[in-house]
Amino acid sequence: MLFLPELFLLGGSLILFFITLGENKGTLAKNVTIAIGLLFSILCVVGINKSGSLFFGAYGIDFYSQFFKLIIGLAMTFVVFLAPETKGINRSTRPEYYLFMMLSVLGLVMLMSSAELLTLFVALELSSYALYLMVPMRDDTTGERRQMEAAIKYVMFGVISTGVMLFGMSYLFGLTGTTYLDELVPQIRNMTDNPVALLAVLMVLAGFFYKLAIFPFHLWVPDVYQGAANPTTAFIATVPKIGAVAIMIRIVTLANPASSEWLVLFLMIAAVASMFYGNLAALVQTDVKRMLGFSGIAHAGFVLLGLLTMDQMGYTRATFYIIGYLLMNLACFLVICNVSVQGENVSRDDLKGLYKRSPFLALVLLVGMFALAGIPPFVGFIGKFMLLAGALQADHLTLVILAALNTAIAIFYYLSVVRVAFTSDPEDRPDVQVGASTWAVGMILMVLIVYMGVAPNKILGVASQAMQVLM
Amino acid sequence: MELILSSSHLLSWLIFIPLIGAALMFITPGEENQRRLAFVVTTFNALLSLKLWNGFDASTAALQFGERFSWIPSLNIEYALGVDGISLLLVMLTTFIMPLCVLGSWTYITKRVKEFMICLLVMETAMVGVFCALDFVLFYVLWEMMLIPMYLLIGVWGGPRKKYASIKFFLYTLAGSVMLLVAIIALYLWNGQHTWYIPDLMSQPYSMTFQVWVFMAFFLAFAIKVPMFPFHTWLPAAHVEAPGAGSVILASVLLKMGTYGFLRFCLPITPDATLAIGPYMLWLSIAGILYGGFTALAQSDMKKLIAYSSVGHMGFVTLGIFVLNQSGIEGAIIQMVNHGITTGALFLMIGMIYERTHSREIKDHSGLAYNLPIFVTFITIFSLSSLAFPATNSFIGEFLILAGGFSHNKIIAGAAIPGAILAAAYMLRLLQYVLFKGEGRPDISDLNFRETMTLVPLLIFVFWIGLSPEPFMNVMHTSVEFLLAQVNSSQAVAALALP
Repeated sequence: MLFLPELFLLGGSLILFFITLGENKGTLAKNVTIAIGLLFSILCVVGINKSGSLFFGAYGIDFYSQFFKLIIGLAMTFVVFLAPETKGINRSTRPEYYLFMMLSVLGLVMLMSSAELLTLFVALELSSYALYLMVPMRDDTTGERRQMEAAIKYVMFGVISTGVMLFGMSYLFGLTGTTYLDELVPQIRNMTDNPVALLAVLMVLAGFFYKLAIFPFHLWVPDVYQGAANPTTAFIATVPKIGAVAIMIRIVTLANPASSEWLVLFLMIAAVASMFYGNLAALVQTDVKRMLGFSGIAHAGFVLLGLLTMDQMGYTRATFYIIGYLLMNLACFLVICNVSVQGENVSRDDLKGLYKRSPFLALVLLVGMFALAGIPPFVGFIGKFMLLAGALQADHLTLVILAALNTAIAIFYYLSVVRVAFTSDPEDRPDVQVGASTWAVGMILMVLIVYMGVAPNKILGVASQAMQVLM
Repeated sequence: MELILSSSHLLSWLIFIPLIGAALMFITPGEENQRRLAFVVTTFNALLSLKLWNGFDASTAALQFGERFSWIPSLNIEYALGVDGISLLLVMLTTFIMPLCVLGSWTYITKRVKEFMICLLVMETAMVGVFCALDFVLFYVLWEMMLIPMYLLIGVWGGPRKKYASIKFFLYTLAGSVMLLVAIIALYLWNGQHTWYIPDLMSQPYSMTFQVWVFMAFFLAFAIKVPMFPFHTWLPAAHVEAPGAGSVILASVLLKMGTYGFLRFCLPITPDATLAIGPYMLWLSIAGILYGGFTALAQSDMKKLIAYSSVGHMGFVTLGIFVLNQSGIEGAIIQMVNHGITTGALFLMIGMIYERTHSREIKDHSGLAYNLPIFVTFITIFSLSSLAFPATNSFIGEFLILAGGFSHNKIIAGAAIPGAILAAAYMLRLLQYVLFKGEGRPDISDLNFRETMTLVPLLIFVFWIGLSPEPFMNVMHTSVEFLLAQVNSSQAVAALALP
């Protein structure tokens, strides 16, 4: 029973595998994926209060893991809904595309429950390899084979950071003689003055820095965002990041909050570097996806503000922020996927006069971009606000001022997208038709973005309850 | 500062009725109906705010019509509202200006009427909210939220250089408020009781260094909004490109938020820093008065002229605030209202004439006196009010501010006097050109009934405040006394806390 959601996903993957054997079953595969995603989310809700451990303690089910599984399941469903026709993916490989997406989600879901280092590693690789395959599955319309370049970069950097992570895991094992997190945590926490312990934690973190795209593990981001098909980028930009934050929180709790100045310092440098690098680089981008990639780096830096306070409140706020980030990003990708005619990339000029071509999408873009910029009453504001308040409470005044400065820098490029959509004329660009499902998803996203921004209590409460499991 | 709770939720209604109206706008078909709906909603709000006026007790400095609920308990954020003698007039000004904005853009706005009216209504929600908010986070949320509809008002319905103007407006104001956010969080953490509730943040024993930092962060945000010299450069651009109603909202209400911020936050929360930095503020105000006056003198675009005159007028307001005496601050508050009425009216009139000639150049509008008697009557009166002619509203304000200035420091008050003369010079120059120079414009029609009715309420207030300011001054006496007591008494408190 505890393993039911995962088994369900696995069964779903098998169904999708059988669908891939037929020809031109893209729509069927899509509908099946949506159905599985929704049912999986329902199963997570039903079993949200279950707890226990499986497979000799290597797999732990608790509120924390179930909470994140639910979010991942819902996020996947949203992503599939975003792209009405999965433009940009070859018609003949669409079923495979959904199969790999499902497998990647399965890996992430297993990652949430991994209570042992090797399980964690296997789950992470399952999700990563499926992603590596999704990136090159794009129709080559330009003849430049950008998706291949992106895929190679994604694989190479992925493998390197995984290697670093494995190396760190070997140190953890060497220091403690166990790979089980519940035995490992108290031992590592007592090794306060051992630099090897610190190094090990940092190296393990590196693997997830890669997933979350934190400086200096961000190098794959711009090219992969640009090279992958629009729905793929929407997936990469959101779902794995949720998983990464969830696991990073687990790993940071390995360290003893009382004596981890070095870890905090490292996180702080990574946060500041990510924010400045991401925001400054985003300023000059004209490809909207590439811009969102750099903005993602900056937002990842912001998430670290929650982690480096090393307390339950900080983790709760980081979780809240990444959920908000998921929604805001999905809103932006909804627009990108729909404005793109043949599945090509969307440059800033392609958004010209959007408010005349499709007022609804223009509104979604406005909400998404201003939310990312951190303007009230959207979720981006309250999330940022809480992270800043938490960091200032932990006496990181300089960090908070730098982060606040970054908010001011960031506004420029978000605003420039909105500006193009609202103050330019469409010239001869065609109107964009918005289907019923797109309309519904856009509405849900906007309502959630405003709801979380105005009444964050509910989700904060649930997230805080989830963090309680770790403390 | 106590809060008198009220069970009527009057302030909440004032804040949320426009928002409800904006929601209704989505399901209202037909442009004419949408205009009517916006007018009905804003007028209803204006009439509702009369209840505020009637129920206000001027004999106490307490915050009235209070509401206080927990909003985000995990962060201690509250939903707290209340008005006192300082904010009451500004709330009333906002609710009364809005129906006139709707009327003034009735035929001015022809494309995307629904979206335009939604922007106006959301603006009203945010503006009324800013003046009533007693929780710092609530205040900040509303303060920032305002940027989005205002940005759209300029960016979508603006003039030819709207892209430049809207982005400049947005970046300037946002950059200013970022440090405000840090200051707000710092206040929350330093005040000992971990609250965002503004009255509880006042009169706390913060150290001098802390106060100076907080003051500077506040100053950056508010000085940009006012705008004080040298942060004023976004204002002419935004004013010139904004549509008529957008300019009116900018001039009448948005600029007041900066000066309101000084009164509500800087003075009572960081009194020692205010006393220490105040003299520099006075000189910045003088610079603004003179700079605004001289620049206005050289403008050929009517909107730009009024925009620069705003810089000068707001310089008078900040001057009145930082002389820190009863007559100066009361003059500043009444002058905020006056500027809202007079400049709002002038911008409305420029909008009306722009609809007819599609030009804002002074030289295109010479000799209007021959063909447009109604228009000319109004513009003469409002121009005279703008240069603080006796018997008009601005005279009272400027008189009080200068009286406060002279009792504070004769040199500073003396330095502001040329500003008053400059105001006469540039307004009379405008009048002379527009009214009598040239041949006249027989091709354009005079104001129609709707336009006249838009201006009449403002005209009434020009003379009402000008001839009988007592009812308006009475509501603020006690609050201003209390504010000054807060500034002056806290020195001792802070001195104790200093090591």
